[in-house]
Amino acid sequence: MAECHPVGFQWVMEAKRKGATVIHVDPRFTRTSAVADLHVPLRAGTDIAFLGGLVHYVLDNDLDFREYVVHYTNAAAIVGEEFADTEDLDGLFSGYDEESAQYDPTSWQYENAPQAPAAGMRDPRQPAGPEASEEPAEHEAARSEETGSGGPAVHAKPERDETLQHPRCVFQILKRHFARYTPRLVAEVCGVPEEDFLRVARALTENSGRERTSAFCYAVGWTHHSTGVQTIRTASILQTLLGNMGRPGGGILALRGHASIQGSTDIPTLFNILPGYIPMPHAAQHENLAQFVAEDAGSTGFWGNMDAYTVSLLKAWWGSAATPENDFCFDYLPRLTGHHGTYDTVVNQIEGRSPGYFVIGENPAVGSANGKMQRLGLASLEWLVVRDLTMVETASFWKDGPEIESGELVTEEIGTEVFFLPAASHVEKKGSFTNTQRMLQWRHQAVEPPGDARSDLQFYYELGQRIRERLAGSTDPMDAPLLDLTWDYPTEGPLAEPDADAVLREINGQDASGEPLSSYTQLAADGSSSCGCWIYCGVYADGVNQAARRRPHWEQSLVAPEWGWAWPANRRILYNRASADPDGRPWSERKKYVWWDAEQGRWTGEDVPDFVVDRPPDHVPDEGATGPDALGGRDPFIMQTDGKAWLYVPTGLADGPLPAFYEPVESPVGNAVHGVQRNPALEDVAEPDNPLNPAGSRVFPYVFTSYRLTEHHTAGGMSRTLPYLSELQPEMFCEVSPRLAQEGGLEHGGWATIVTARSAIEARVLVTARMRSLRLGDQWVEQVGLPYHWGANGLVTGDSANDLVGLALDPNVHIQDKVGTCDIRPGRRPRGPALVAFVDDYRRRSGAHPAPEETS
Amino acid sequence: MSHSLFGPLEDVAGDAGHEAHPPRMGFFTDTSVCIGCKACEVACKEWNLVPEDGLSLTGMSYDNTGALGASTWRHVAFVEQPAGRASRTDLGMPGMGPPEPAPAPDGPGQESESGEGGVRWLMSSDVCKHCTHAACLDVCPTGSLFRTEFGTVVVQSDICNGCGYCVPACPYGVIDIRPGDGRAFKCTLCYDRIGEGLTPACAKACPTESIQYGELDELRERAGRRLGQLEEQGVDGARLYGADPEDGVGGDGAFFLLLDEPEVYGLPPDPVVTTRDLASMWRHVGAAALGLVGVGVASFLGGRR
Amino acid sequence: MVPQATPDSYYGRPILKQPTWKTPDVPLYLFLGGLAGASSVLAEGAALTGRPELERVARVAAGAGAGLGTVALIHDLHRPERFLNMLRVFKPTSPLSVGSWVLAPFGTLSGASAASAVTGWLPRAGRVAGAGAAALGPALATYTGALLANTAVPAWHEAHRELPYVFAGSGATAAGGLACMLVPPAQAGPARRMLAAGALMELAAAERVTHRLGLVSEPYQQGRPGRLMRTARVLTALGGSAALVAGRRSRTVSVVAGAACVAASVMTRFGVFEAGLASARDPRYVVEPQRARLRARHEEAAATMAR
Ligand SMILES: Nc1nc2c(c(=O)[nH]1)N[C@H]1C(S)=C(S)[C@@H](COP(=O)(O)OP(=O)(O)OC[C@H]3O[C@@H](n4cnc5c(=O)[nH]c(N)nc54)[C@H](O)[C@@H]3O)O[C@H]1N2
Ligand SMILES: Nc1nc2c(c(=O)[nH]1)N[C@H]1C(S)=C(S)[C@@H](COP(=O)(O)OP(=O)(O)OC[C@H]3O[C@@H](n4cnc5c(=O)[nH]c(N)nc54)[C@H](O)[C@@H]3O)O[C@H]1N2
Ligand code: SF4
Ligand code: SF4
Ligand code: SF4
Ligand code: SF4
Ligand code: SF4
Ligand SMILES: [Mo]
Repeated sequence: MAECHPVGFQWVMEAKRKGATVIHVDPRFTRTSAVADLHVPLRAGTDIAFLGGLVHYVLDNDLDFREYVVHYTNAAAIVGEEFADTEDLDGLFSGYDEESAQYDPTSWQYENAPQAPAAGMRDPRQPAGPEASEEPAEHEAARSEETGSGGPAVHAKPERDETLQHPRCVFQILKRHFARYTPRLVAEVCGVPEEDFLRVARALTENSGRERTSAFCYAVGWTHHSTGVQTIRTASILQTLLGNMGRPGGGILALRGHASIQGSTDIPTLFNILPGYIPMPHAAQHENLAQFVAEDAGSTGFWGNMDAYTVSLLKAWWGSAATPENDFCFDYLPRLTGHHGTYDTVVNQIEGRSPGYFVIGENPAVGSANGKMQRLGLASLEWLVVRDLTMVETASFWKDGPEIESGELVTEEIGTEVFFLPAASHVEKKGSFTNTQRMLQWRHQAVEPPGDARSDLQFYYELGQRIRERLAGSTDPMDAPLLDLTWDYPTEGPLAEPDADAVLREINGQDASGEPLSSYTQLAADGSSSCGCWIYCGVYADGVNQAARRRPHWEQSLVAPEWGWAWPANRRILYNRASADPDGRPWSERKKYVWWDAEQGRWTGEDVPDFVVDRPPDHVPDEGATGPDALGGRDPFIMQTDGKAWLYVPTGLADGPLPAFYEPVESPVGNAVHGVQRNPALEDVAEPDNPLNPAGSRVFPYVFTSYRLTEHHTAGGMSRTLPYLSELQPEMFCEVSPRLAQEGGLEHGGWATIVTARSAIEARVLVTARMRSLRLGDQWVEQVGLPYHWGANGLVTGDSANDLVGLALDPNVHIQDKVGTCDIRPGRRPRGPALVAFVDDYRRRSGAHPAPEETS
Repeated sequence: MSHSLFGPLEDVAGDAGHEAHPPRMGFFTDTSVCIGCKACEVACKEWNLVPEDGLSLTGMSYDNTGALGASTWRHVAFVEQPAGRASRTDLGMPGMGPPEPAPAPDGPGQESESGEGGVRWLMSSDVCKHCTHAACLDVCPTGSLFRTEFGTVVVQSDICNGCGYCVPACPYGVIDIRPGDGRAFKCTLCYDRIGEGLTPACAKACPTESIQYGELDELRERAGRRLGQLEEQGVDGARLYGADPEDGVGGDGAFFLLLDEPEVYGLPPDPVVTTRDLASMWRHVGAAALGLVGVGVASFLGGRR
Repeated sequence: MVPQATPDSYYGRPILKQPTWKTPDVPLYLFLGGLAGASSVLAEGAALTGRPELERVARVAAGAGAGLGTVALIHDLHRPERFLNMLRVFKPTSPLSVGSWVLAPFGTLSGASAASAVTGWLPRAGRVAGAGAAALGPALATYTGALLANTAVPAWHEAHRELPYVFAGSGATAAGGLACMLVPPAQAGPARRMLAAGALMELAAAERVTHRLGLVSEPYQQGRPGRLMRTARVLTALGGSAALVAGRRSRTVSVVAGAACVAASVMTRFGVFEAGLASARDPRYVVEPQRARLRARHEEAAATMAR
């Protein structure tokens, strides 16, 4: 966190000053470890085993926060008889289909609760419509990409046994499921000595409960795995058992990536969701609005109002063209036919199904896994538009990519027409950033962009104008969605940039009279309100840009509500009703945050209560109530359909209702936990240029993992081009332990070549005791650390770590694994065609699949 | 010569001839909370338009800056060392050269050894000390270096003639001549910013408050409290450096809390301002000059050979 | 075996900055200043005792030395066009400032007197100028000791008690040596005596520098500076005794001995200069003496406490 979120890390340092214990779990000793109280090195890709061990420790020693668990979680819910655990099936859950390599989640349901699709999700087994038929049918089983923010809907409230004794209640299932994740197993799998593990377990449990809370901070060390989602799930289970959710000082804090990457999921650049986590409609199932919202209309919690959110969104986009008669233009929305993640797109490009590509503020030729596939995809396009601050490798791959050097691509033979458009940077335009805390902060423009550089807002606006000009007068219904758009932003300044303020106002929404709304509870399903993103509703309350507020914290209360604006409703901690006990009293004086004020008959406290503000703790909803009305007074997790935190996920995940440990796809060892080696629901990318190192390969004996350096930014376009950053980390390097250096003949400061079945790169060697050799039983595991910031352009250049990384994706979110296996040897890599031969030799010797073509 | 040459000094700016002046300002750099993010280095360069200082990998842990210099006014040092080192009593093995490869972990001892994490990583952001008795300033023959009303030491680049005297005079190896430019440069303690009541750029950028800017008196008190706190927590090897007005330079305007011996960070353990011996030097010069006169006289008076 | 208590350092990097003074500019300036300063004294003595040949040679040596020295000094500046900024202020804390204020009048006076001696014009004024130069000469020859010593460079600073004498002696040997080379032996008696006396002074002072400063004497003994210092001492000793013993009788001996002393003087300056650079380069010379000083202080404090 100190490396990649140094500014946010100031709060960790402040907590430490106040006595907090800081524990860092990371394969490497980093700048974070340097100031942590305890650094626990572990084998990359084994976090589920480690966290699972902690869950086991909590359950085994009865250290859970029982009152919290009973009332606020689904621990008491009873699961159906058909469910079989990995315990029963040696690593598989019930419902697994070998052939399609995916799960049918039907057997994971609660007892007597009918199989219920997620918000916006339909029967997964239903065929996916005609044009989808050539799409691979795989991995649509759980369709977790379609579930929006609240998780999938479960309609009926499950049966509960609040004594937690029922053998099929979630609590008992959990106990059995995690029984084998003992400290001993943790040591064997993660390479973490039992003693160290127990120190973490004790520190964590001693600092959780009524009087104290602990927080987890994570980023891509957890998520970039073929089991990434389940890692976060394990942490959620742990934090929920310990009562650390919805309370001050608790939580699981996703430290997000790019500036406003949070904003770009709220108002998404993702294929599967609409603004505010409204799922993208599916081609076959969502023929009209009524169908689309029906699933959720009946459910408990705030997703019950999805119709109002959706209609308001449609009104924001299509304005007066959206009428009750035409279903508010619901038909104008694109539909899903399967998943369309970035790596699907690359495969489509290579296979000739995707002729054009906009790359806006991204540098996949360096930043995305399997660099070669990325570049082969780019080389297969008809046209490519790159908008960036600097000439990134993605725009210049056709002349200086590694494949040009190796002869695999020839400049003259690449047909891609590349348009490079200079973009204005964040200081050259105004707008908002949404940070990791869901807080919007307004940014004013500091300078005009140089030369032809323009903001992305201007680009899209202009692009829309021009397309609409071309289509003007068309009566083809296909063109109507574009022609009917409200596309009328005022422009300002010498460059006639669209006014970002106007966009924020549109996002905030307005009522029928054009007045800005102040809360999403004002949204209506009848078309009288419009709102570009329901969770952002209120950011422009009273016609004032609330995100631009900058009142210093010392001039206001504890949570500093007047600094920026956090969605939803300027709430700083989600689910904060859980900071009070079932009767609405703070769990403790120290940790009081939001509580029930019986006198006034409302919830009150430091923050905006995340609850129906006047609903008393003892409220029992009417039978058959829906939406927020169906929430009981003790249901703090108001976005869940049952108001409870889910220890067990009966539906919505592609790879199981509970996390189980699987080895990374490329691993030097066998799975010590059970008989299934790798995530059985994993998403393979079977392409000739994506060979994977076989598990346990002696040809690729070492683990590698990739990461960032404070001094650089991601694919390097914003740091390798700047002298002040380049000089701080001027060369690509790898970090190895003294033992590995000795074993591999690597010299401090010298060169090393790192090889996988995909490619080989070279890097300078840093031999450092910060890289630890780990002992798994009687086997040593060595890890090679690789920053991934380098590429061919800029002031400092070097090989890209991503040329080494293979594609094997998490089935829920289609993310790649940052961990793999490799070989490392002293010296520089071969150049030109010799490089291909060198890698092919490794491929052949290791038996990597697919093998290199003999004809190359 | 009005101002004093060594020893504690109540009123530095006053001693330099500023009559009414603001309190002495300075830095307390608490390296125990430094996370090595180098924001200070970059902020300094951005604000002061200091040029890039070379693009080469040093192999010195994560430090590719190397040292303070004419084009590096803040420098973050990275020290990798075995954990528990600071508590040892003797000076131990030499720490010269790149980090020594630790013995390969072998045998069954490793499991218990890995208890603490075998390594400690110290980071420290170094800067000009704005000495109470600043040798650089005292030896500058052009008056280019001067003492500001805040008690800080600043080079006026429009006067400096690149004589280079300040360079070897500085006991901390801070100031240097910029190649290709020929003038001496170093930290100005952001004279232009503090004059406007702003915090220096490096301190402003520091996320962890490792660099604290303020009135020196107040900072010294704060540092004392922080040291006490760390000692209470049993932190290995914490000590203040440059805080003592009784030291060889009369105390630094920018002082530090370190976690190991100063030399481990590339700092001199007991720097002394060279002018402490100035009187003696001039005496000896005088005597030697007289001696030369004597030699001359004797040469002519001595026998006839 | 007790491990050698080598102190720590930051990757073996220097603690101090390497002086940016250029070679040969600065060591040459040190030499020329010494030569000129001592020559002015010699010239004045020759004038007073009526040795016109000696006077002429010494005056020219003083003037030329000062002139060339000034050139070297300006050339050493990284912004030579700003040379005159040296005279913006007068700072006794800065030997370079003091030296500039000595060099400026000395250069003018010695130059004038040399010009007069060569051309024969304005002899009276030339005499007066020469006397003035002689008054400043000893300062010019010795202030450079303080110039080097008033730095943090260990080998220079720790030698602050000796360097002025080394430079005074070395200036005298150079001035005497040059005169021995150019003046007929009959008139060169004072030059030989100056050479010999200077040699004694230099040898004595240099002996302390190279052997009595503890660890920081090391740079004066090792490597190139060590070789320079050793050669200089041998040449000085040989040149000094040869001149004294046989200089009067043999013009050849006089010339050779004089040249040896001039060369030795040059080498001494380069030796001292480079020893300083070496001591700044190696953190040991900074750390160890300072550590020892700290240890002594702690012991003393402990002893006081115990009392
Ligand atoms: N300076 C800087 N800051 C950045 C960025 C940048 O490029 N530079 N990028 C931004 C972006 S886009 C993002 S997404 C965030 C990412 O922020 P982080 O996730 O913090 O970034 P990484 O350095 O990729 O990975 C974090 C750590 O995970 C460790 N790690 C690797 N594999 C494993 C594993 O299997 N288990 C565990 N527990 N740890 C593992 C690595 O050693 C590394 O120290 O940072 C953001 N901030
Ligand atoms: N091996 C490995 N690979 C990884 C990761 C890893 O940990 N290991 N991390 C992954 C993660 S989390 C991420 S986020 C990706 C990042 O990978 P990318 O997003 O591909 O890389 P960036 O360098 O961040 O690209 C952002 C570009 O946007 C440009 N830019 C900045 N501001 C603007 C703007 O306002 N408008 C426009 N049009 N352009 C702008 C920048 O100049 C820069 O070139 O890398 C991923 N790849
Ligand atoms: S670069 Fe920006 S977002 Fe990242 S830590 Fe620094 S201030 Fe925060
Ligand atoms: S540290 Fe050096 S440069 Fe800075 S004031 Fe002191 S003597 Fe001058
Ligand atoms: S180099 Fe410049 S600042 Fe340094 S002493 Fe010389 S004139 Fe003064
Ligand atoms: S005070 Fe100013 S000049 Fe000095 S290091 Fe900090 S930013 Fe640079
Ligand atoms: S900015 Fe602060 S935390 Fe970062 S390196 Fe500098 S002193 Fe350390
Ligand atoms: Mo990211």
